[in-house]
Amino acid sequence: MAELVRINNLNVRFHTYEGVVQALDGVNLTIFQEETLGLVGETGSGKTVTGLSILRLIMPPGKIEGGEIFFDVHGNGLVDLLKISEPEMRDVRGSQIAMVFQEPGSALNPVFTIGDQLTEGIMLHRRREIAGLAIDTLDRRLADEKTAGFFKPGLVTTRQVLRIVKANPKSRLVRFIQRTPLARRTLNGLRAEADKIAIAMMREVEIPDAARIMKHYPHELSGGMKQRVVIAMALCNNSKLIIADEPTTSLDVTIQVQIVELLKKLKLEFKSSLLYITHNLGVAAEICDRVAVMYAGNIYEVAGVVDIFKNPLHPYTQVLMAAVPKPGEEPRAIGGSVPDALALPSGCRFHPRCSQAMDICSQICPKLAEIAPGHYVACHLFQGEQSGTAH
Amino acid sequence: MELLIETRDLKTLFPITKGLFHKVVGAVRAVDGVNLQIAKGQWLGLVGESGCGKTTLGKTILRLVHSTSGHIFLETPPEVVAQITALEAKNSSDKELTALNNRYDLTTYSGNRLKTLRSKMQLVYQDPFTSLDPRMRIKDTLLEPIIVNKMMDGKHALKRVIEIMELVGLTEKQLYRYPHQFSGGQRQRIAIARALTLNPEFIVFDEPTSSLDVSVQAQILLLLKKLIKEQNLTYLYITHDLAVAESVCSRIVVMYLGKIVEIGSPEEIFHYPKHPYTLALVRSTPIPDPTRVRGRIVLRGEVPSPSNPPPGCRFHPRCDRALDICKTDEPLLQNTADKRIVACWNPEPPETSV
Repeated sequence: MAELVRINNLNVRFHTYEGVVQALDGVNLTIFQEETLGLVGETGSGKTVTGLSILRLIMPPGKIEGGEIFFDVHGNGLVDLLKISEPEMRDVRGSQIAMVFQEPGSALNPVFTIGDQLTEGIMLHRRREIAGLAIDTLDRRLADEKTAGFFKPGLVTTRQVLRIVKANPKSRLVRFIQRTPLARRTLNGLRAEADKIAIAMMREVEIPDAARIMKHYPHELSGGMKQRVVIAMALCNNSKLIIADEPTTSLDVTIQVQIVELLKKLKLEFKSSLLYITHNLGVAAEICDRVAVMYAGNIYEVAGVVDIFKNPLHPYTQVLMAAVPKPGEEPRAIGGSVPDALALPSGCRFHPRCSQAMDICSQICPKLAEIAPGHYVACHLFQGEQSGTAH
Repeated sequence: MELLIETRDLKTLFPITKGLFHKVVGAVRAVDGVNLQIAKGQWLGLVGESGCGKTTLGKTILRLVHSTSGHIFLETPPEVVAQITALEAKNSSDKELTALNNRYDLTTYSGNRLKTLRSKMQLVYQDPFTSLDPRMRIKDTLLEPIIVNKMMDGKHALKRVIEIMELVGLTEKQLYRYPHQFSGGQRQRIAIARALTLNPEFIVFDEPTSSLDVSVQAQILLLLKKLIKEQNLTYLYITHDLAVAESVCSRIVVMYLGKIVEIGSPEEIFHYPKHPYTLALVRSTPIPDPTRVRGRIVLRGEVPSPSNPPPGCRFHPRCDRALDICKTDEPLLQNTADKRIVACWNPEPPETSV
């Protein structure tokens, strides 16, 4: 399988008043094409920050301070997303990489209809395509009207404008037409085409009565429906990578199952990769092909889903699995608490809570090493003393 | 098995009003005829989707929400309950009945009696970030119930508070801090400590771990397990996570749209569910086992509005085992031939696998 994303040694820091928070500390991660990678960990372990970094959406006081994020932008080789310009990045966001946020209630704008919000991305990123579709529709209409004996010169002008849009959607003339009252209406065909794509996409995410829902406002929908709309929005532009940040956390278990099943189906249909961020190990077991475990800004273990659940190697993964309530088994608690982000322990971040900690653990931070094929672990129990970097 | 609380046909309806004079045009039937028995020392789990009336039932039992009709009996001998039922069937305006109800039925309590009752029954809320006053030190938060109830003088009260803090795994030093200085798990410990200060007998937990991480959730569950034994408590544990309920509760009640649909031991509920809704809930519960083969049930649609519940069995529009009778007649909660308590016309056969 080909790589879609490769993150090398990513460092993200938040410069707050209380001090510098090391949110990500040398994260290495690879996402292959057409796979679902689960990113699991406790609150504050840096899962969401990793997702946002890929989109370069880290807001001040946060800053990406080092590392590389390679992404296959044009389908012909990896490009470092941290080096490209902001306008170029804007073309990537929403069209190449899409995101589904945690809280569907706050991810949607309450003052715009579902239709407005769904078509925004299509109108922005697929302008050339929908201009072509609009010209086709117009041609058909013109053919009809000619035979009926009515001929409207206005439609010919509209077709001319749409051809200009199709030739260069970002040209000055198009921008001028967009801002001129009356002339602007020649572009109405674009929205009609975008609506068609959006309605098709809403059918895809199993929203009943899609054409009617387009005119609704977010507050008129239930939580599960809103999340479906947000997923439809992410799928609208056939993105290669979809980052889903805890998409089911605020939903009921019965609705959660529906959404998880939907994401599984759509991922296969659209041949995109999915980065699934969650703290729910049960959901991760259901949807993921591979799972990466995060703790205090580091990735501690990456392995195939069966491997990591049946044979967890890192002590943290082991205790995390034991803490999940399972039928017929009592949950076991992890001693201690998640370290303060302002004063992280030296060496391996987990060593104060680790039952198998050695002397070296408090001095040297272990590096991710391949223990078995496809099974990566960052722990001194599994590697020689030379590897790793001092903190 | 001695009963602590027993509810009889308990109903809590929230009226829907309309117009200038607030004419009542309908009601949200949040709790609609619930018969629930909670034994002493029991850890009773109450599960269901959001909007099915779990929290309202918990609050109604605590008398934080007024019930519309029905009884809540506290530590009432079964013969008295039987007597009240018999008297009610005969004549509703009997003097003897009123006297009995006044003595045993919590819904008749008011004033001082209600106040003393409150110290016996406590509530721990879902979100520890909003249930603690951000302007009060932990010490003041924990002392307040003691002062309000005039339980002991200042010196003893402080001693008691320190004792409680140690009981829930916090230190005396942390008494002088504010809520924002604690993590989610620690705050939930404080909320539990606050519920414990008055030596209650009965605590209602309203999804206490749903906003916490799995590792912290395990810590809180173990703490609750320790406390129920040491302090002789009885829990009503409201949760939407069936896996949590299965692992800790001694008995599980499944609710759907204001009604109880099934009661059983954790094993029965989780491995041999009888009601199709319970089966759907169990199959929807994510289990961290990638090799698990799960029977397909993706529940159709969402919970209907409790202000206009479907006729007959409330689950029938979403049920794949619905018969004609389900659309017209409401099934009652009853014992089946294999000693299970379920409200369904067409329960799952015993061979149904999860």
